[in-house]
Amino acid sequence: MAGRTQTASEYIKHHLQNMTYGQLSDGSWGLAHNAEQAKEMGFMAIHVDTMFWSILLGVFFLWLFRKAAKNATSDAPSGLQNFIEMIIEFIDSSVKGSFNGRNAMVAPMALTIFIWVFLINFMDLIPVDWLPQVAALIGQYIFGMDPHHVYFKVVPSTDPNATFGMALAVFMLSLFFSFKIKGVTGFFGELTMHPFSSNNKIVQLMFILPNFILETVALIAKPLSLSLRLYGNMFAGEMIFILIALMYGGGWALGIFGGFLQLGWAIFHILIITLQAYIFMVLTIVYMDLAYQTAEDH
Amino acid sequence: MNINLTLIGQTITFFLFVWFCYKFVWPPLVNALAERKKEIADGLAAAERGKHKQKLAEKRSAKVLHEAKGQASEIIGRAEKRASEIVEEAKSDAKLEGERLLITARGEIDQEVNRAKDQLRQQVAALVVAGAEQILKREIDAEAHSQVIDELVTQL
Repeated sequence: MAGRTQTASEYIKHHLQNMTYGQLSDGSWGLAHNAEQAKEMGFMAIHVDTMFWSILLGVFFLWLFRKAAKNATSDAPSGLQNFIEMIIEFIDSSVKGSFNGRNAMVAPMALTIFIWVFLINFMDLIPVDWLPQVAALIGQYIFGMDPHHVYFKVVPSTDPNATFGMALAVFMLSLFFSFKIKGVTGFFGELTMHPFSSNNKIVQLMFILPNFILETVALIAKPLSLSLRLYGNMFAGEMIFILIALMYGGGWALGIFGGFLQLGWAIFHILIITLQAYIFMVLTIVYMDLAYQTAEDH
Repeated sequence: MNINLTLIGQTITFFLFVWFCYKFVWPPLVNALAERKKEIADGLAAAERGKHKQKLAEKRSAKVLHEAKGQASEIIGRAEKRASEIVEEAKSDAKLEGERLLITARGEIDQEVNRAKDQLRQQVAALVVAGAEQILKREIDAEAHSQVIDELVTQL
């Protein structure tokens, strides 16, 4: 907390540092003790906290829905089934509204994205110090670590790795289905024959390069914007929570004010986390729909 | 902010979750929803059919009722006709019977009259004879004159 000997800047930096496991500079494997060490680990490192929370929440989501799915009957639904069915119908209508292809995988994927991202984002609403403090205590008393070196980021979607990972998966799927539906010629035709086209063969040939550049940029922009939108929103929200949490170290008056601020921001943030999960889902559906659109639809 | 293996890990995790959801979560829930939709649609259709049937039955019952009423009034009409016929028959029978009775009565009366006439005649004859006897006691032989008197009696 800010009440410790940490400065405000250190406090913020501490909160923004993932628990990173990788090869240390002395050649041994372990957790990075500070940001510099984490950076030195390069690509061959993993964010333990991000993976832990995203997998935990994903498993929770699947467990909950699997439980409802097992007991699903066509009789009058009650309790959990009712709630789950509401979500399912919401997702189903969203998918049917924007996805015109025939693919049984898109709807479950949309459901997974919506709930998983929502749950991940929801971690943002838990007061910023609670879980890191618990992690610090566990690190100190169970693993014998210096509590100041236990970094613990609770919200996976504030880690660009997580959002890029998801967007990458969506990107791969959309490429895969694009290839599958349009074939190699159709796929590359889409990349090279638009947006400039001409009936003259030679002119068309000249257009290939600019078309390819433009279309490739557009193609790459999809996963980038998808992941950066979620990451940016969640990171900013988290940052504001951290800044509000700093106020608790500034005396009781500022602390109480900070409490109200945190409450207000959290209530507002409920909207943001849901909206971001929804946007991520809808854009995924749209990208999948684009993958299914053949050249004639343009 | 470091990009590292977490990226790959997340991608793999994502695929696994989507696969699980696709395999074990989505189908049963959607099937349940579809089944319920079908059940509701079937139920509504059945209700509609039932309503239609009820309407038909009502129509039929009204028709049957109407027919029954017609039949009943016909029967009543026939019965009334028959009753008046019976009455008429009885009347004519009674008339005939009366006439017959009248005829026999008349016959009997005639008979009685004749018998009475006969008796009267005989009595008158006897009286005449007696009177004549009284008058003619001395001068007329009863036996000789009885033949004349008998002739007289038959003439009465």
